[in-house]
Amino acid sequence: MSTLLEVEDLDVHYGRPGAPGSVKAVDGVSFTVERGRTLGLVGESGCGKSTTGYAILQLVRPSGGRVLFDGTDLCTLDKASLRRMRRKLQIIFQDAHASLNPRMPIGDLVGEALDIHGLYPGAKRAKRIRELLDMVGMAGHLIERYPHELSGGQAQRIAICRALAVEPELIVCDEPVSALDVSIQAQIVNLLQDLQQRLGLAYIFISHDLSVVRHVSDDIAVMYLGKIVERAGKHEIYDAPAHPYTKSLMSAVPVPDPDIEARRQRIILKGDLPDPAHPPSGCRFRTRCPIAIDECAKVEPLQHPLAPGHWAKCIRL
Amino acid sequence: MAVVQPSSPATPYRITGSFVLAARQFPRHRAAMVGLVLLVLICLAAALAPWIAPYDPVQIKLSAKLKPPSFEHLLGTDHFGRDVFSRLIYGGRTSLSVGVLVVVFAFVLGVPLGLASGYFGGRIDNLLMRLVDAFLTFPPLLLAVALVGLLGPDIQNVMLALGLVQAPVLARIVRGSTLAVREDVYVTAARALGAGPARIVLSHILRNVMSPIVVQLTIVFSAAVVAEASLSFLGFGTQPPQPSWGRDMSEARRFLGDAPWMFMAPTGIIMLCVLSINFLGDGLRDALDPRAWRTRRQLSKGEG
Amino acid sequence: MPLLSVRNLQTRFATDRGIVRAVNGVSFDLEEGEVLGLVGESGSGKSVTALSIMRLVPEPPGKVTADSLTLEGTDLLRLSEADAREIRGSRMAMIFQDPMRSLNPVLTIGRQLTEVLRRHQKLSGTAARRRAIELLETVGIPMAEKRLAAYPHQFSGGMRQRVMIAIALSCNPRLLIADEATTALDVTIQAQIIDLVKRLQRERGTSVIWISHDLGVVAGLCDRVNVMYAGNVVETAPIRELFHRPSHGYTLGLMGSTPRVDGSGTARLTPIEGMPPNLIDPIPLCPFLPRCRVSVPACQARPPERREFGVGHWASCLADLAK
Ligand SMILES: Nc1ncnc2c1ncn2[C@@H]1O[C@H](COP(=O)(O)OP(=O)(O)OP(=O)(O)O)[C@@H](O)[C@H]1O
Ligand SMILES: Nc1ncnc2c1ncn2[C@@H]1O[C@H](COP(=O)(O)OP(=O)(O)OP(=O)(O)O)[C@@H](O)[C@H]1O
Ligand SMILES: [Mg+2]
Ligand SMILES: [Mg+2]
Repeated sequence: MSTLLEVEDLDVHYGRPGAPGSVKAVDGVSFTVERGRTLGLVGESGCGKSTTGYAILQLVRPSGGRVLFDGTDLCTLDKASLRRMRRKLQIIFQDAHASLNPRMPIGDLVGEALDIHGLYPGAKRAKRIRELLDMVGMAGHLIERYPHELSGGQAQRIAICRALAVEPELIVCDEPVSALDVSIQAQIVNLLQDLQQRLGLAYIFISHDLSVVRHVSDDIAVMYLGKIVERAGKHEIYDAPAHPYTKSLMSAVPVPDPDIEARRQRIILKGDLPDPAHPPSGCRFRTRCPIAIDECAKVEPLQHPLAPGHWAKCIRL
Repeated sequence: MAVVQPSSPATPYRITGSFVLAARQFPRHRAAMVGLVLLVLICLAAALAPWIAPYDPVQIKLSAKLKPPSFEHLLGTDHFGRDVFSRLIYGGRTSLSVGVLVVVFAFVLGVPLGLASGYFGGRIDNLLMRLVDAFLTFPPLLLAVALVGLLGPDIQNVMLALGLVQAPVLARIVRGSTLAVREDVYVTAARALGAGPARIVLSHILRNVMSPIVVQLTIVFSAAVVAEASLSFLGFGTQPPQPSWGRDMSEARRFLGDAPWMFMAPTGIIMLCVLSINFLGDGLRDALDPRAWRTRRQLSKGEG
Repeated sequence: MPLLSVRNLQTRFATDRGIVRAVNGVSFDLEEGEVLGLVGESGSGKSVTALSIMRLVPEPPGKVTADSLTLEGTDLLRLSEADAREIRGSRMAMIFQDPMRSLNPVLTIGRQLTEVLRRHQKLSGTAARRRAIELLETVGIPMAEKRLAAYPHQFSGGMRQRVMIAIALSCNPRLLIADEATTALDVTIQAQIIDLVKRLQRERGTSVIWISHDLGVVAGLCDRVNVMYAGNVVETAPIRELFHRPSHGYTLGLMGSTPRVDGSGTARLTPIEGMPPNLIDPIPLCPFLPRCRVSVPACQARPPERREFGVGHWASCLADLAK
């Protein structure tokens, strides 16, 4: 096992830092992703999951930190080298339909990915496109269809297919199943898992749904208001969640079993996510935290190691 | 694997490009086809004018002035006794070429300007849009007059001037649409794939701003035909006795009571052209937009 | 007598592609104080069922028919439009997935709440205001008095949904229909809302129809569940029965597709392959047959009849899943 991606102290601002209304959407995020494995990124809406994904791919430029892919810092690459590098990292967007140009048929959408990097030129192109469609379980006769003619699940398959076309090593999956029905969701989850096994892909799997994240991930990072508050293996996160936010998140996830639901003690959080433009001082979770003390407003919690590969940022541990 | 459906059938599918698919749609648009046929006929008539026109369009015959339509003069005669029908056919040569060339000129100049301005933003945008704003502060006709005055009053310069006047309007429209489309997720998706600016602008943005461009160009065409008339009237462009639709139309206003046919003939043909162009534009717009295609292929998906 | 009784409800829409049979013979009873779940895939007719009960289906293109559709003995289908509006404001209320679209963006929260109170409860200005503050406090909005002057966009999604619930509760309805009321919200906020609905149901004895595609939410909240597929209720059962002995191929499929946060996290999901049928063509056999993993030869021969599997538990399925 070797490290494929290393994110160090990543900061992303929207708007000029310090200017009114500017948001530090990602604040000092660090993690690593191993080759062929999946890191799950969970957290509430607006906590900066998508922004983290975008910043890794340099689709928004980070305002600080490093993104080392296979040892190369993507943040310092010039435009041309970055474009070449994009082959290695791909992204599947939160809204699959919106990520497909409505005026291009599927054949072109997938073909374009090949053309950009000069892969499979000439006669091999059509054959390769069909192979790729086949790989994601799409029948070849859909090749002349346009995005608006696809169902949500089909659009998601095309988005995956296009990402695969350039033969990446890492795919950032931004809420790939959130918009889909459970039955279709399961199809896509299985597809992603099969492709990972077959092609040795690494994933960053972003979702607000802990059940799905836990199902697909090897490791999980929990985000709150731009920061990672806990990082754990998939088993620890369920068996021994440490951060009070993780605990409340775990307890809020519904379980499809009435007996368990009847027995469960919910930790119901007070209030809503604070305004990201004006995060609370000290620990950002303290305004909703059931175990917060005065101290929490003053000091910024550091990583508290709990086990190999498991840490949380909370001074009450 | 459970999710992978039956693999590709034995007969490989051809991959048809989006332009071919769009081109296949165009003939299905009935109004657009009517527009196309009409326009081709009008153009042909203008091109073949010397063979078709029954009379010399500039020959004065005062004895036959202001004659109403008859078998001899299908659309009557004007105040100099010239055959209105023949003038119409010859006039098409000027008017159509003004319309078409101004459209082409506005497109060639305005679209790249608007795309560059909208996509790259920043300094380029500032500079270009200030320039455009400066152009737009003048009344268009006045600007055209000034330009023609500067360049010399012949018909080529009129076209150039009208194109120069129309291009900034188009550039502004294209820029606005580009700004909106630039933020669309599929543009980010193309960037994520490693597409460079040229590919993004030409193959993603341009395609998605085509509708407003087509609409504006149909307006440019009509405006150009009419503007040419005004310029001619002011003594620029087409010089009397050379025929042009716009010119003949404005001249005929003086005889509206005595010889309405003089006015109705050029007005009618201009309207017919504008209408045909509009139909054509509609068809073009729909052909370029898969969501507007009529023959929906049967889908294997559920409702909603 | 049940609070709500639905018999053979059929709702169709005329479209240019044909008649869409969105709801196709739904029957159920809802008891006083009961929480009934309505689950099923997108397009299965959950919302249309709810809208039909609320008399909110646009007619045309819609057409609602039923053998009977009564709320506390009132025949809902016979009501005039004005009477239906009256009942919607007093005896039944509905909340939707997207609270932003159901709130008027240019009116303050207070204005929207008091307007409802003045219209339906015939309260005076100050009384309505007092009651509005009370309602906002009931649904857990802090500093309610100050918030009356706020506009919807100044509220978060969770708070807007609370306002919608407050508006729905303003008339003390006997029946509350929640259509995917928490789907757009984060889990922690969803937990707050569910907690609120549970409390209100307990304190006021309101009957609730809870529409969701999330089996987990339903498991924690509902007493009984109707599983819908292609416009039909294919299985209905008390909540524990449903999860312990799912008796329809589709219910089984839904459960196999749902990942569990408390699962081992390694077991593969068993998705339902394919797509739901189009609701325009007539469906002679079981509508789920093409996607069913447990079909038996008899499924190819005749449409499934309702079979009883326990007290209040029946399913339209020919396969014997109990084994
Ligand atoms: N283009 C932008 N300009 C300004 N602020 C932005 C922009 N995009 C996102 N933000 C802000 O940055 C923060 C993080 O947003 P982000 O989209 O990364 O959240 P997320 O975790 O992906 O949420 P969701 O689950 O809703 O997708 C939010 O507060 C959001 O309002
Ligand atoms: N006004 C309408 N005209 C035509 N068809 C309609 C109309 N409203 C709903 N339908 C159709 O009725 C069917 C049932 O829709 P409904 O909204 O009840 O589904 P649902 O179960 O609520 O799904 P979702 O989970 O997506 O909300 C769908 O096939 C839909 O396309
Ligand atoms: Mg996001
Ligand atoms: Mg619905």
